[in-house]
Amino acid sequence: MSLSILFYCIGTIAIGSAIFVVLNRNAVYSAISLVLCFFSLAVMYLLLEAYILAVLEVFIYAGAIMVLFLFAIMLLNLGREEALPNLRYLQRALSIFLVVIFFFGILLIMAGGPDVLHQPSEKFSAGGIYSLGEALFSKYLLPFEVASLLLLVALIGTVYLAKRKI
Amino acid sequence: MVVPLEHVIALSMIIFSIGVLGVLMRRNAITIFMSIELMLNAVNLALVGFSRYYNSVDGQVFVFLVMTLAAAEVAVGLAIIIALYRNRQTVNIDEINLMKN
Repeated sequence: MSLSILFYCIGTIAIGSAIFVVLNRNAVYSAISLVLCFFSLAVMYLLLEAYILAVLEVFIYAGAIMVLFLFAIMLLNLGREEALPNLRYLQRALSIFLVVIFFFGILLIMAGGPDVLHQPSEKFSAGGIYSLGEALFSKYLLPFEVASLLLLVALIGTVYLAKRKI
Repeated sequence: MVVPLEHVIALSMIIFSIGVLGVLMRRNAITIFMSIELMLNAVNLALVGFSRYYNSVDGQVFVFLVMTLAAAEVAVGLAIIIALYRNRQTVNIDEINLMKN
C-alpha cells in the first residue's frame, strides 16, 4: 500500500535529519535539519490521522520554537564558531555504548511485554478537532487549566531572566 | 492503521535514542537543547501512535499538553542560556561548572 511506503520514506527522512541534528557541528545547520525533522513528524501525524496535531506541530515546533532557537543562535553568534574542542575518545565511546545499551534495553522490555491484545480498529473516530476539544474541555479540563498556568509561570520567569542583571 | 503499531514505536525509539546520544555527546548547550526537543517529539510520536491504535483521543490530549510544556521549556531554557552567555561568554557546558561566579 502506498501510504505505508510513504510512512517508511518519511521515517527515513526523520531519522536522517535527527542524526544530522546531533552530529553537525554548526548550530544553524542543526536547527534547519531539526525543522525538517519536525515537518516529517507532522506528516507522520497526518498518516496516523491526528490532523489537528499535525497542524499544531508545524505551528508550534517548526514555527515558534525554531524561531526562538534561531534567534538565540544568532544572538549568541554561534553560527560559525565551532571552536569547541572535540570530546575525548573515551567520553565519546562511553556515550555511544550507553545509548546502545539503552536502546537494546527498551527493545528487550518491549519484546518481553504482553502480546498485542486487539487489532487496531480500521475506522478512526477520534481524530478530528471536535473530539479533541471535547476531551480537553470536559475530561481534561484541570490539566488544561494547569497548562495555562504553566505558560504564565514561564512567561514571568522569562521576563525575570531577561533582566539586565540577575 | 497505515503501518503496524510496532513500527511506529520503533521509529519513536530510534529518534529518542538519537536525542539521548545528542545530550551525551554534544557540548554546545543549544545543541543539547535541540536534542531534548527531539526526545520530546519522539515521545509525542509514540503517544499519537497509541492514540490511533486504541482509537481514543487521550493520547492526543497528552501530546497537546507536551507541546505546551515544550514551548514553556524552550522559552525559559533559552533565556537561561542567554543569561549564562552574558555572564560567562561561553555555551560550552564543560566550562560551566559553577552555580555562582
